[in-house]
Amino acid sequence: MVQINLPQNSKVEKGKFFKDKTGSKNIRKVNIYRWDPSTGENPRIDTYEVDMDNCPSKVLDLLNKIKNEIDPSIAYRRSCAHGVCGSCAMNMDGKNGLACTKPHSEIKGDINIYPLPHLKVLKDLIGDLSTLYKQYESVEPWLKTTSKTEKENIQSKKDRAKLDGLYECIMCACCSTSCPSYWWNGEKYLGPAVLLQAYRWIIDSRDEDRKERLKKVADELKLYRCHTIMNCTNACPKGLNPAKAIASIKKMLATS
Amino acid sequence: MKSYKIIDHEYDVVVLGAGGSGLRAAVGLSEAGLKTACVSKVFPTRSHTSAAQGGISAALGNMGEDDWRWHMYDTVKGADWLGDQDCIEYLCKEAPRAVLELEKYGVPFSRTEDGKIYQRPFGGMTKNYGNEPVQRTCAAADRTGHAILHTLYGQALKHKTEFFIEYFALDLLMKDGQCKGLIAWNLNDGTIHRFRSHITIIATGGYGKVYYSATSAHTCTGDGNAMVLRAGLPLQDMEFVQFHPTGIYGHGTLISEGVRGEGGYLVNSKGERFMERYAPKAKDLASRDVVSRSIAVEINEGRGVGNEKDHVHLHLNHLDPKVIEERLPGISESSRLFANVDVTKEPIPVVPTVHYNMGGIPTNYKAEVLTLNGSEKTVPGLMAIGEAACVSVHGANRLGSNSLIDLVVFGRAAAKRAAELVKPGTPHEEIPQSETDKCLERFDRLRNASGTNNTADLRLAMQKTMQSKCAVFRTEKTLKEGVNEIRKPFEGMDDLSVKDKSLIFNTDLVETLEFDNLIRQAITTMDSAYHRKESRGAHAREDFPKRNDEKFMQHTLSWCDGKKTKIDYRPVHRSTLSNDVQYFPPQERVY
Repeated sequence: MVQINLPQNSKVEKGKFFKDKTGSKNIRKVNIYRWDPSTGENPRIDTYEVDMDNCPSKVLDLLNKIKNEIDPSIAYRRSCAHGVCGSCAMNMDGKNGLACTKPHSEIKGDINIYPLPHLKVLKDLIGDLSTLYKQYESVEPWLKTTSKTEKENIQSKKDRAKLDGLYECIMCACCSTSCPSYWWNGEKYLGPAVLLQAYRWIIDSRDEDRKERLKKVADELKLYRCHTIMNCTNACPKGLNPAKAIASIKKMLATS
Repeated sequence: MKSYKIIDHEYDVVVLGAGGSGLRAAVGLSEAGLKTACVSKVFPTRSHTSAAQGGISAALGNMGEDDWRWHMYDTVKGADWLGDQDCIEYLCKEAPRAVLELEKYGVPFSRTEDGKIYQRPFGGMTKNYGNEPVQRTCAAADRTGHAILHTLYGQALKHKTEFFIEYFALDLLMKDGQCKGLIAWNLNDGTIHRFRSHITIIATGGYGKVYYSATSAHTCTGDGNAMVLRAGLPLQDMEFVQFHPTGIYGHGTLISEGVRGEGGYLVNSKGERFMERYAPKAKDLASRDVVSRSIAVEINEGRGVGNEKDHVHLHLNHLDPKVIEERLPGISESSRLFANVDVTKEPIPVVPTVHYNMGGIPTNYKAEVLTLNGSEKTVPGLMAIGEAACVSVHGANRLGSNSLIDLVVFGRAAAKRAAELVKPGTPHEEIPQSETDKCLERFDRLRNASGTNNTADLRLAMQKTMQSKCAVFRTEKTLKEGVNEIRKPFEGMDDLSVKDKSLIFNTDLVETLEFDNLIRQAITTMDSAYHRKESRGAHAREDFPKRNDEKFMQHTLSWCDGKKTKIDYRPVHRSTLSNDVQYFPPQERVY
């Protein structure tokens, strides 16, 4: 019988334990995935006891507190701290989201923090998004028109409204990395984040390349690996609906 | 010192930073056929331009009559006559074309009934030289910066700009007073990269993180400004730090001025719309320094709201929920997430919060970096744009929505100027090895620091000092204390501790390098503020409440070599660029 095992060097081990030193009565345990490529060691889960009396409300605040006060070596991306830059996407309590908008009070029991699933890990909570960025580039995310007018393109309010729910995407990759199809065929399936962006340009009334754009994504692997699992829509921290965008592309192809 | 593997690159131009201005420059450079590298410590769409909400100003006249000269007057007045009027003329005249260009790039602007770009009222933007409010600020709902940044990144991809992403820049390479490129550390694999270039364009944004409470991102550490200081060049007007009137109380998240543009207003604990007292004509749409000071006075005089009476309320619950949904969806989300407030029902608790640096690297309107050597002169090979630069178009106080337009107008200007100066493929000069050694010596010293002071503790001390000694209102006493106190965190670096010694995504070291950058800017900010003994724009001295044009219609220049600073001044330009508009002589500034 075939036995499927993880390679020895990717087994996650029990890591260090950082006991509370503040004497606080309000302690929570935070378990964080750690891996440093320069050591040759296996990944591990470090556990931190954190004084919650002096910690603001979001998971990012918690991470910053650990980094500032307990262990400066922990690595994660963060920038705007209010959900617009998309840097601090990670897996918290088994669900993808932005650390800067996720309240830790919503998590019961120990707080488990991992990198986004199914990405190559670069270090600790930092995943490699280069494949997703290349796929984004492949949908040619720029306006294609032949108009040479000096004035702006005219777009009705109704046509502009079609971009709502699409242009707000912050490319955090929460959706794509929650998608089992993307886990399985991430190299070839464009995934929800990129397909949402593809649709954003397909549906823009100013764009003159709609047919070509549709033709380019109409591919067994690029598009039709979406099996309407809907994890993407559940995961989106901005409340967008990539599954619907994908369905709209499929519908346009079916009816064109 | 350990030896580091160095990878060499040669480019016609290197752009440092991939926010709005850096990307716009990169697009223009690529279009001009110059071999261009764009180096950024974050993926381009993570840059802080994405946080800009309300809009981008340009006298398009889509919502009624407008004129770029009115925009220019408003900007000159907003700047409290510290702006250079030749540069302001260039900004306002070029603005409409720059916005139309963005629309053609694909920015999803909100629309008017007849399908044109929607424009909203904004603070300090008026009709006919200071009369009634005008709708000049072009908006993509309240996510204008996000929409522009993502669109510009798309354009850069279209033009095949070469990106070096998650590279942390360390220092400029200088030779005989000229800039010859820069050195950066690749966080992905730990290698050191030396970029030789004929022109280096700094587009690294502001340094809001010197303060404890700021709307700025964690990454707003003014790395380019600090590189300029270490290269022995001055920064300009660093004392002018903009406090945005409406940051969410306790968290600092920005609530766009667009809220007041759409009809929102501020209220104190007595339920008064207090702005009517401070700015009878413009009210809640006076310029930001005026509104922030008014809020501070209300709080200081005991009319703040909340248990501590230390903030005020911003109401928009009287607005049509449909308007809120269509034009202000982002701030509704932020208010729910960070203040637990439903904006259709309750007011938002707000307080003036550090938001923007008017000061930065001095440049002319062509984006060429200036220094002072007897008189004004340019630094060959070096340009600066965006919030990192001090052109100066914002003078002592920037008007809301003038920042996004600054990014694209001067991003484009830099590319244009670079194309005039550099012939593609020109061979590169040798740079002395000593420049590389000096840079890596600092890098290695910080990396291997094994003392007792955590970077986070030193940073906190710096931030608290800036917050308490260099705030909305300043006095001789607070600034003098500040000048002494702000040097302590710098001295703390003598006994610094960096735990992580690795080279791949060593964010402990990144934050330390960022702190080393921040503290130099904190020191120049405090010292510049101490030396300006007048009140102008965002620099409000309680002991010198009046503007003093005779003595201080000058830009402060500050050099900083670690703890030591040197302060000098250069006169504000008192002429326009062309005869299309006349110079606006200083007036009393009332809204």
